[in-house]
Formats: sequence, structure tokens, C-alpha cells
Amino acid sequence: MNLILTLASRNLFHDRLRLIATVVGIVFSIVLVTVQLGVFLSFERMVTTMIDHAQADFWIVPSETRSFEESSLPSGRQRLQALSVDGVAAVVPVVVGYASWRKPDGGASTPVLVVGAPTNVAGLQPWNVVAGAADELSTPDSVAIDRSYFEQLGIAEIRQHAEINNQKARVVAVTSGIRSFTTTPHVFASLDRARAYLGVPPNRANYYIVRVSPSANAAMVRGRLAATLSDAEILTPDEFRHRTRVFWLSDTGAGAALLGSAILGIIVGTIIVAQTLYSSTKDHLKEFATLRAIGSSRRYILKVILAQALISAVVGFSIAVSIDLSLVKITRDAALPILMTPELSAGLFALTVAMCAIAAVAAIRVVTRIDPVLVFAQ
Amino acid sequence: MTQAVTQIMIEATEIGMTLGAGAARVDALKGVNLSLAGGELTLLMGPSGSGKTTLLSVLGCMLSPTSGSVRIRGRSTSGLDPEQLAQVRRENVGFVFESYHLFPTLTAAENVRLALDVRGDRSPLVRAKADAALATVGLSHKANAFPRSLSGGEQQRVAVARAIVGDASVILADEPTAALDSENGQAVMTVLAEIAKDPARATFIVTHDPRITPFADRILRIEDGRIVGDQRGGANAGTVRALKYAS
Repeated sequence: MNLILTLASRNLFHDRLRLIATVVGIVFSIVLVTVQLGVFLSFERMVTTMIDHAQADFWIVPSETRSFEESSLPSGRQRLQALSVDGVAAVVPVVVGYASWRKPDGGASTPVLVVGAPTNVAGLQPWNVVAGAADELSTPDSVAIDRSYFEQLGIAEIRQHAEINNQKARVVAVTSGIRSFTTTPHVFASLDRARAYLGVPPNRANYYIVRVSPSANAAMVRGRLAATLSDAEILTPDEFRHRTRVFWLSDTGAGAALLGSAILGIIVGTIIVAQTLYSSTKDHLKEFATLRAIGSSRRYILKVILAQALISAVVGFSIAVSIDLSLVKITRDAALPILMTPELSAGLFALTVAMCAIAAVAAIRVVTRIDPVLVFAQ
Repeated sequence: MTQAVTQIMIEATEIGMTLGAGAARVDALKGVNLSLAGGELTLLMGPSGSGKTTLLSVLGCMLSPTSGSVRIRGRSTSGLDPEQLAQVRRENVGFVFESYHLFPTLTAAENVRLALDVRGDRSPLVRAKADAALATVGLSHKANAFPRSLSGGEQQRVAVARAIVGDASVILADEPTAALDSENGQAVMTVLAEIAKDPARATFIVTHDPRITPFADRILRIEDGRIVGDQRGGANAGTVRALKYAS
């Protein structure tokens, strides 16, 4: 092994108590950052899950729509107007709204977000169906719910009955992994059932999913749609996703809170690592003075300090990632699971290394000023 | 009879060194002139506070003199910045300290290799060079031992191995036997005297220890920052040359 790494690692492992303090600082920091960023990432994905799974080229949304969940109810003429536009292949209405779910045992009601779309055309149907079938939503009073909400909705098994806004609802399909980022479960229904549950008049809908003919120029179709539908906005799925994310993550302050906690974690971790690296360097000052006396360059000594920081980062990160993976597993079915992606892991490693390198600055300042004559002091 | 040509390894001319300022100002060295030749072991003796360690620091390029100049193998060190002085040290000077200053977390062999590593020598021969240096000081069998498991004398011999492994042209030792008992001090001095015979290397030892004078080829005496005596040992034993004060 390279002698610089040998010296750095032995210096670190020689003082186990200090090493433990350093590693605890890194682990604390990285786990905190991972939890916050993992939740942020999860939140970011969950708020757009409906948009992600819709088969849309464009969305026609009421003007000033801020998110998928928050929408007004425009006039019913839009669908026909859109269908009249050259290049439009299909216009699929989507109804969204909050309703009250009464459990089968008659217990307390709980709010749900009803999502309704036609069952006979591709648009927005439940996915990841693990019991029953999405096609069954076309049968009377049928709904689909996610199995993770069984307890909250008082459902024990498929085919059970409940009530939505005092109207019958029968669970005919069960999905897996379609979770809301709030505590409000999603309930899928056919377009007509959703309208009935939410009291939406026939022929009206919150959104229209537009699919463009394969031979048409999408940009030109969008332009024509915008010219035709003056009281609505035409958004691509990416634009609708962005708008929804901006609303939930920025406008509500939720994102700032998560990022703020993550930044706090980084600061605390950096301070802890800086403090321990600094005190370690102070304790080894005579050794660094000896290195300087025998002719080592400043660069060589910096490498030793940075190697110590890097080793601390690797050890701390390895432990932190193990804890993070456990947390990911534990929160898999939680309302807001912690998400770990390869990109996040790579980013966290880079962050850990950067944090430790920044933390080494104070120690580096000490050794760059070191006087080799110190070796003669008793 | 032919006489071996000795090479001057280090030369100090009119060295003055002022430490501190104001009321605390001290003239630690006053016009010191000194040449150290290869193949010679020179002792510098003098009372505490006489300027021994300051002179050692100046000769070892750790301190830049306030006046005068130091030349190592003909190269002047005047005007060099700290990084350039460090380069001069790693290329030319080997140090032996009173407190050994070994790295406690490195083995004896690693401590020796460190002197090569700071020079950027990462050739396959590095281990062999370190082993040879340890063999020179009689510690081949302790190559993998950590300093804490070595006696003081052994630690100092490892420090000597570290000083010689890079083929330094000047070995500077600060009180190398002060922390050792008589037997270990004798062992360390035997090693230093042996390596001092190399004509490509000058050995300069600062000491208070009168027990080591028999090992010297030359003994310098310093008082109040001035060299006041220059005595030749060995064949020249007894020829004491009193120097005039530079003032």
C-alpha cells in the first residue's frame, strides 16, 4: 500500500476514540442527508405519479392549474373543441376530486382522492394491479384501491363494499405501490362513477388527455390546440410534472423544509469531522514537523491529511449506506418512503468526500504553517 | 604517499542569526564560519544556549540565517523559499534527533522508507534500500517492529537508517545519545562513526555528551554563538586550534 495511505490510515486507526467520533459525525450527517433527500426524491416522484402513468402527448388543463390534485372544472366544450383540431387522435377526459370514504363497518369516514377516466380507452387506468382487473371498473359501483391502504379504508379483501360520498363503492381491483404523498388514498373509478361520486356534471372533466396522430407534428398540434382552447393551457407531460413539483415542493415550502434539514445535516457533519481532524492533526503536529524536517513538501503533508479525510469518508459512508438501506427497507410501505437511487448514492458519496475535504481545511491550515524546527523542541 | 582528496559537503560563511525582537532579541549566532568535509565525523559541543541547535538548524536549512550564507555541495541556499529549502533537505540532508521522532504507527522499515517516499522515490528498489539501511545499523531483524517495541538505542538506530537511506551528503544529529544509556549510546555512536567514514558524506553531531568524543574526527566548541575551538581528533588528536572571535 502507498506509504501516504498507510500513514494516514494508521494515524486514524491508532486513535480509535477519535476515529469513532469522526465516523459517528459522518454517519449522522449522511444518514440525515439521505433521509431528507430520499424523502425529497420520493416526494418528487409521488406528486407526479398520475402524470407519469398517463398515456398522454398533451394535457389540457384549466388555466392557472397548479398541480394535478388542485384543479377547477372547465366547461364541457373543450373535449369537442380539441377533437376538432387537426392531428388530434384522441381526447380522454379525467376527473379528479376529493371525496369521503365510509368504511364497510360503518366507522369514521376518511378522505380519498377519486381519479376517474374512461375504462375503454388508454388514458389513465390503475396500474400494478395485483388482484382483480382494471377492466372490471366498467361494472357498476366499481373502484380500485391500493393494498397499502386496506387498513386505512377498512378493507380486508377484494369485493368488499364501502361508500364514497354516500354512494356504493365495491373494490374490484387492488393495486400495489400506488401511494399518495399525503395521507389521502387514491381511489380509481370509471369516468361516470367518478363524476357521480364527485357530483361532476356529465360531459365535464378536470383534465383532458390528448393523444396526437402518429403522422401529425406534435408541436403544430399543440399550437392549434392553444389557439382553439383560449381558456385552457396545453401542457406536455414534462411541463405538467414540473408545475406539479414546483407547487408541492416550492410553493408549499415542503421542499425547502426537506432541503433545509439536509443542509443542516451537512453543516453539522462537516463541523464534527473538521473538529476531529483538526484535533488529530494537532496531536500529530510533531510527526508532521518531522516530515517537514526530513524534507517533505507541503503537498506531501496535504496528501496525508486528505488521505485521512478520504479514509474517514469511505468508512463513514459505508456505515451510513448500510443504515440508509435498512431505512429504505423499513419505510418501503410507509406513506412517504425513503428512496435511494444509484444517482443519489453516487451523489452522497461525492458529498461525503467533499464534506471531509472541506473539513480538512482547518487541519491543512495548521500543517502548512508548521515550522520544522519544532522537532528540536522537547 | 597519496592523500585522499576530501570534498567539502557543507560550508557556512559568516553566519549570523538573530532570534526574537525588541527586548527579547538574541544574537544566537555571530559570524560563524564552518566547513564540513566528507568522510569526517564532527562534533559540536558547547553549553546550553550557546547556539548549537540554532547552528544545526541553519546548516540543515530549517532556518535561514539573518546574515551570511550556507552552501551545500556548492549550492547556495540563500534566498530560497521554504519549499525550496525543503527540497534541499530531502536531497542532501539526513537528520537524527534526540527524541528519535519515529512515526509510532509505522514499522521500522516503513519509517526508513518514509525518507525515500517524501523524495518521490517509489521505485521497486525502495524496499531493498530500506532493508540495506537497516542492515547497516544492525536492525534487519527488527524491520517489521513498531517503535514502541524497540529500545531507545534501537529506535535511534532506525532514525540513523532513515537519515542515511537517501544517500544524504550531510548527516546532522542533534544530541543523538542524550536519551540513551551508556551501552545504547555507544552502539548508536559506533553506527554513526561507521557511516561517517563514507567520503561522500559529512557527519555533524551536536552533543553535550563527553563520552562520545573518542568517535570524533573533529570537535568544534561553541560559546555565545561563536565557534571558539576547533580540535582535530584521530591522527590530528591534540592539535587544538583556537579561533579568533569574529568580532
